[in-house]
Amino acid sequence: MTTTQKQKKQIHLAAHFPGVNNTTVWSDPAAGSHIDFESFVRFAQTAERAKFDFLFLAEGLRLREQNGQIYDLDVVGRPDTLTVLAAIAGVTERLGLAGTINSTFNEPYEIARQFASLDHLSDGRAAWNVVTSWDEFTGENFRRGGFLPKEKRYLRAKEFLAATWALFDSWRGDEIVADKESGVFLADPDAGRFDVTSDQFDIHGRFSVPRSPQTRPVILQAGDSEEGREFAASSADAIFTRHGTLDAGRAFYADVKGRLARYGRSPADLLILPAATFVLGDTDAEAQEKADAVRHQQVSGQTAIKFLEQLWNRDLSDHDPDGPLPAVDPLVGEHTIARGRASVRMYTDPVATARQWRELAEAKQLSTRELIIEVTGRQSFIGTAAKVADALDEFVQTDASDGFVLVPHITPGGLDEFADTVVPLLQERGSFRTEYEGTTLREHLGLGDARPPADAIPGVDTVRGAQT
Amino acid sequence: MSAPHNPVHLAVALDGAGWHPAAWREPAARPTELFSARYWTDLAQEAERGLLDLLTIEDTLGLQSSNPRRPDDRTDQVRGRLDAVLIACRVAPVTSHIGLVPTAVATHTEPFHASKAIATLDYASTGRAGVRIRVSGREDEAALFGRRTFGAFEPDAADGGALTALFDEAADYVEVVRRLWDSWEDDAEIRDAATGRFVDREKLHYIDFEGAEFSVRGPSITPRPPQGQPIVAALAHRDVAYRLVGRSADLGFVTPADAADARAILAEVRVEQAAAGRAEETVHVLGDVVVFLDADASAAAERKARLDALLGRELVSDATVFVGTPAELADLVLEWREAGLAGVRLRPGGLPHDLEQITRGLVPELQRRGAFRTAYEADTLRGLLGLARPANRYAAA
Repeated sequence: MTTTQKQKKQIHLAAHFPGVNNTTVWSDPAAGSHIDFESFVRFAQTAERAKFDFLFLAEGLRLREQNGQIYDLDVVGRPDTLTVLAAIAGVTERLGLAGTINSTFNEPYEIARQFASLDHLSDGRAAWNVVTSWDEFTGENFRRGGFLPKEKRYLRAKEFLAATWALFDSWRGDEIVADKESGVFLADPDAGRFDVTSDQFDIHGRFSVPRSPQTRPVILQAGDSEEGREFAASSADAIFTRHGTLDAGRAFYADVKGRLARYGRSPADLLILPAATFVLGDTDAEAQEKADAVRHQQVSGQTAIKFLEQLWNRDLSDHDPDGPLPAVDPLVGEHTIARGRASVRMYTDPVATARQWRELAEAKQLSTRELIIEVTGRQSFIGTAAKVADALDEFVQTDASDGFVLVPHITPGGLDEFADTVVPLLQERGSFRTEYEGTTLREHLGLGDARPPADAIPGVDTVRGAQT
Repeated sequence: MSAPHNPVHLAVALDGAGWHPAAWREPAARPTELFSARYWTDLAQEAERGLLDLLTIEDTLGLQSSNPRRPDDRTDQVRGRLDAVLIACRVAPVTSHIGLVPTAVATHTEPFHASKAIATLDYASTGRAGVRIRVSGREDEAALFGRRTFGAFEPDAADGGALTALFDEAADYVEVVRRLWDSWEDDAEIRDAATGRFVDREKLHYIDFEGAEFSVRGPSITPRPPQGQPIVAALAHRDVAYRLVGRSADLGFVTPADAADARAILAEVRVEQAAAGRAEETVHVLGDVVVFLDADASAAAERKARLDALLGRELVSDATVFVGTPAELADLVLEWREAGLAGVRLRPGGLPHDLEQITRGLVPELQRRGAFRTAYEADTLRGLLGLARPANRYAAA
């Protein structure tokens, strides 16, 4: 590699294990188990072979329901996040291991213990996607039920994260001497001491896990709202987005990177990673044809009706998916049709959205199903490997992102073609690593050792650990 | 013969550098590696070479303490540990037959999380998962969570005191964990392209548990694990804990002083088992023994004396402390087997030394006496323990 190539902005790639959304095509003959450990081994080893930064797992703590019944059209069921990541650590060596963990139905001491343990057991590869929820529906599976008012969910998430930081930082890293001769195991009788008092938490004692290789797991966040962007700017190492176009991506990128200075952070301290789907073909036309076929697999007539109900907030089970959109307007008010699904929150003005959909359907002469195919998650990158590599690189080199979280639509082999054809092209361009240079995920992501103090998170000011 | 008619079940209990508080100072000890994956995979693979039924991994929520009721500020003993369930998962893909039974604390934690975590361990180990359930009554551990307060912990109170409530909660916890394992029928995933349905929702079940400390709706987010029901274990020293074993466990670890005591304890467990309506079910009871082993009995005694000198007193344990040769230990194991126990859970005084004495000394000795397997005869922990895969409580007969 020449020096010039070395200086080129590097793409970061993550692999999202296909989840419980309609984007995952379970009916394809190539689709394997979503729960057997072999599928996770296969998927993780492909990502590692392709030198990906990390593997990503989503999470939901209650099976989704629609019309009062468990939703049965998509993949249902998944493993526990932290345990499956610990097992994957045993079949990989360098791949980062990122898990989604909810800050509402967990407690900071236990989660800090588990992430610090995962970081030790993987030699520094742990990452945590911090999410929040408040709903009574999910709460029915937990001790406290729906205890958290909606308006406090960000407060709890921030205080939760700050509390775990106090715990992670409570060991300096030099306490374990283990000198057999003198009999001194611990240099400091106070190692791990912490004391956290905040609106949500009042905890103290000594943390039981010594400092892990990364000290704290890499912190990932999603969230497009003003509050979400500010939370990420203050505390995250990477942020997930859904901005699919170059222009939207650049605007988001500039906005979020511009917020970092006020927290004493530099633009390189927070990576912007949009979710991306892809369909590859030998020719662009073939790829487009495959993409259309995949979209039809992802959105059956039944699935289209379910999507419709999520916006309309009504039972539309008698509606014909091959006919026009319903004439009746969405029901405004508390959402009662779909439960356990975060995406329904996007529809802030359902009547206006329905009007847009009607106009689009009319202009393009689309049936209900075709309309849903059009407005929900078209693939981000479609074409030959060369075309997709070009497009990905352009995105990153023009500051629309720092990389991507790739979401294949087939388990577990959906990443294979990308790994075999697109990754080598990105490597040829000098935009993507050919070997891992470091051992920890923090090193893969080019993140420094700077750790924002817990009280840098807006709204958090009463957290303290012995060492901070 | 790979599976003797009346085999002894052997478990090893892993904890830090071993069960003697000074064990980390032994020449063979690896105290700086206690937080590495390598240390735990080495121990698990050694235990598996010895064809042991299972290994357990100790855990507590808080930092270790020499005082059972409150923290200490000692710096001369091992402090710090990794989450036992995650250690077991890390070890699962690099072992193939041995059962993996980490400790999980039922107090303060969520049964919903525990159920899917152990189910996932069962998937990652293709059917070798178990969990040893324990309670925490300590004020300092409650403060780590800040959600409940406990009065002073009196573990020896004659009526069980606050312990009774903690153990009742643990029994509820196990009930929830077990119902959630069954909340998916084995054939719930149908992938029916004709109707577009991935699951048959008639085969997913709400568990609707309501108890004093929690209610849980279900179903689990994780499908029924390979064993159907992974193994549930508990360590028991007294009545309230024998009741938990009798009500909830497949496997009990007890601490008899001798064979007569083993008989008496076993009788108590069987009474509790019958009282819980489980008289017909198999509940294996293993006797715990702390072991210091060497081919030469005097070498074992010297080593134990050296460790006691470093500790400044003789080792005190809840379990019988055995110092001697593997052959002498085999005598004790068979004597306890005669008394009705299904086998023993051995707590190595020092690691890895006493584990290697078990796998390379005790195991061949028991094999010579026709009392232990010479090859693994099953692929699952239930299989090794002679337990059938149970029917699903929610499935229509």
